[in-house]
Amino acid sequence: MSRRRISIRQELPLLVWLVFVWCALWQDFSPGNLLFGALIAVVVARLFYLPPVELGGRFSIVRAVPFAIVFLGKVVAASFQVLYLAVARGPKVTNAVVAVQLRSHSDLMVTATGHVISLIPGSLVVEVDRSTSTLYIHGLNVRSGEDIVSLRKEVRDAEAALIRIMGTREELAALKQEVGA
Amino acid sequence: MNPEPSAVDTIIDTVSAVFMVVGAVMSLGAAIGLLRFPDLMSRMHAATKPQVLGLFLLLASVGLQLRTWWVWPVLFVAWIFQVLTVPVSAHMVGRAGYRTKHLHRELLTTDELEAVVQKAADKKTADRPDSGRQDPDKRAAHDDGPADDGAPA
Amino acid sequence: MMEVVLTVTAVILSLAAAGAIVRIAIGPSLLDRVLASDVLLAIIGATLCIDMAVNRHLNNLMLLVALSIIGFIGSVTVARFVADRREHPNES
Repeated sequence: MSRRRISIRQELPLLVWLVFVWCALWQDFSPGNLLFGALIAVVVARLFYLPPVELGGRFSIVRAVPFAIVFLGKVVAASFQVLYLAVARGPKVTNAVVAVQLRSHSDLMVTATGHVISLIPGSLVVEVDRSTSTLYIHGLNVRSGEDIVSLRKEVRDAEAALIRIMGTREELAALKQEVGA
Repeated sequence: MNPEPSAVDTIIDTVSAVFMVVGAVMSLGAAIGLLRFPDLMSRMHAATKPQVLGLFLLLASVGLQLRTWWVWPVLFVAWIFQVLTVPVSAHMVGRAGYRTKHLHRELLTTDELEAVVQKAADKKTADRPDSGRQDPDKRAAHDDGPADDGAPA
Repeated sequence: MMEVVLTVTAVILSLAAAGAIVRIAIGPSLLDRVLASDVLLAIIGATLCIDMAVNRHLNNLMLLVALSIIGFIGSVTVARFVADRREHPNES
C-alpha cells in the first residue's frame, strides 16, 4: 500500500453506497444487517483498494433533489423526443458534432457531466479531451446554428447545476462570478 | 399481499399497467429508431435513451405490483446500475464508430471534432459537406454526393 | 386487466424484438449489430420485468442486473476491439 491514504470522511460516500447495496440485495435493513454490511464495506474498501474518487468536499442536498427531478423529466423528454424523431423524421434527421469547453477540470465533474448529458435530449458524448476538459458531443436533430448554440448552452447549464451540487468551492466561486458578471 | 381497499388497489393497478405499456412502447421506439435512423450515431441515441426510461417505468411497475417497501431499494440499485453503464457503453461504441468513420458526413450540419482532428481550426465548418477526415485538403465542398462510407463490412 | 396488459405488452415487445433482430441481420457494420443486440438484451430485460410485475415475484431481478452487465461489458469490449483493429493502436 504505497498509495497515500485517504481519510475515512472522504471514503464515507463509498461506504454508505456499499452498505446500501448490501442491504438492498438482502432486502433487509435491520440494524444487525446494517452493521455487518458496514463491516464488509470497510474490509472491501481496505483490501480492494481503488484510486479514490476526488470528491469536491461538499454536497448540497437542497440542490440535488430538484436536479434529480428535473433530470428525470429530461430523461422522459429525451425518450419521447427520440421516439418522435424516429417515427416522424426517420432517415432525414441531421446531426452535428459540437465541441463544448467545460469549466471544471476535475475528472469526476467531467464524468458526471458526460453522464448527465448523455441522458438528456439529443446529445451523446463522442470524445473527451481530458487535458482541456472539452467534450465532443453528438447532437441529434441539429439543423442550424441556433440549435448548436442551444445544445452548447444546455451542456454548460448541466455542468453548472452539477457544480452547484457537488463542485469544489473554487468552482462554485468561479461559477458565481461568471453568472454575476 | 396486504389486504387493502379495492379502490386504491385499482388505482395502483391502473398506474402500473400504464407504466408497463409505456415502458414496452419505449422498447418499440428504440427498435423503430434502430431501423429508421440513417447512421450509427443517431441509432445510438435511439438505443440508449428509451432503454433507461423503459427500464425505469417497468421497475416502477414491479414495485407498485409487489406493494412492499423493501423491494424499492433493490429496484433502485438495478436502475442506478443501468443509468451508470448505459452512457459509458454508448460512449465507447460512439467513439469507436467515429474513429472508424461510421458516420454519414452529409448528415452532419457541423463537425467540430473533425477540425480538431485535422488540426485545421476552420471556424466555418457549418454546412460544409466533408468527404472524410483523412482528406487533409481544405479546398472547398467536394461535390461527390452522399458517399456511402457507412458500410465497410 | 392484467391479462390485457400482458397481451398488449407482449405484442409490442415482440415487434420491438423483431425490429432489433432485423437490424442485427442487415446492420451494415459490426457496431450496428452490437448496438442492436444491446437493444435486444434491453427488450429481454423488459419482458423479465413485465413477468415480475404481472406474476408478482422478484425471481428475475438478479437475472435482469446480470443481463444489463453482460450488455455493458459486451458492447464495451467489442467497441475496444473494433477501435483497435481498424486503426493504428498508438493512442491513449
